[in-house]
Amino acid sequence: MLLISCPNCGSRDETEFHYGGQAHVAYPENPHELTDREWAEFLFYRDNTKGSFAERWLHSTGCRQWFNMLRDTVTYDIQAVYPMGTPRPDAAGQRTADTGTASTAADSTTTGSAAPDISGTSTSATSISSTPAPEGATK
Amino acid sequence: MAETAAPATSYEKNLSLRVSPAAQLRADFETGSVRGVVELSEVAFLTMVGLRINRTSDAGERIVSITGGLPAACGDVSDHGDTSVLWLGPEEFLVVAPREAHESLGGDLIQALREALGDGAGQVVDLSANRTTFELRGPRARAVLEKGCSLDLHPRVLKAGTALSTEIGNIPVVLWKTGDESYRLFPRASFADFLGRWLLDAMREYASPEVP
Ligand SMILES: [Zn+2]
Repeated sequence: MLLISCPNCGSRDETEFHYGGQAHVAYPENPHELTDREWAEFLFYRDNTKGSFAERWLHSTGCRQWFNMLRDTVTYDIQAVYPMGTPRPDAAGQRTADTGTASTAADSTTTGSAAPDISGTSTSATSISSTPAPEGATK
Repeated sequence: MAETAAPATSYEKNLSLRVSPAAQLRADFETGSVRGVVELSEVAFLTMVGLRINRTSDAGERIVSITGGLPAACGDVSDHGDTSVLWLGPEEFLVVAPREAHESLGGDLIQALREALGDGAGQVVDLSANRTTFELRGPRARAVLEKGCSLDLHPRVLKAGTALSTEIGNIPVVLWKTGDESYRLFPRASFADFLGRWLLDAMREYASPEVP
């Protein structure tokens, strides 16, 4: 069971959440100009990252709000929780939420030794829970 | 539709024919309650209104003038007389009021909220039939809930006057701690039978003397 820190509600069981797939997959600016293949890639093609992966989650049993989460697909370590619409918090802060698919292309090639760049800037699990944790929510 | 002017008699008859979602468990709640230890009952037909509103908008402030407040953060409850507002989300709230506040019994709460919302962005929805209310109280109430709720219910964490939307017995429930040893649980109507039986099962061991 994962314990996920909802930005609104604090730490809750994984069963209160629903998974929303890869984050930062922007809707194409001009969908009519896409070829069938590009459209299919937007709809169905997602990264299969080993390591740090940015994904969307919904706190469906709690506040019913979406948020983004950076999670290691190997260790299940939750490295960052951040609001929808904000860029992925990576080391240099350079990788913004650019349009189109495969915005995390660099990551998808990383291997198990990856994710060295997280600890520097992004919020760690402990600092997340220090954002105003609601009174009464679990610690 | 509002002016169909049904005779008061059939109106009252309709009300008397209402069946609450856990009515079939009333006798079981009686026999399953352990007096002075842990007691369970259904509080039927409370008036509940779902609010979708930005607290700081103009319409939000108009609604605050009716409800006496809108809670700011997860867990918060704002009380105003016998009406309470529970925080469900950043822009989503649940108003809980006595059954007499419902328009079917002559109350005007929902109408007042609708008028306060006006043409502002948001929603005022009568949800009185969406959920029912269980009251669980007694020194063992926390122990019963802990069997199926992974929140930290210890009083140093969960204070009286806190309401949280969570899971109990694997179903979604709004849990409101109303006093040091009393809780209100709001399961959706279709889950009421399940949760009622689940609670009775969890309470059962406290009817027997504690084994040292
Ligand atoms: Zn939440």
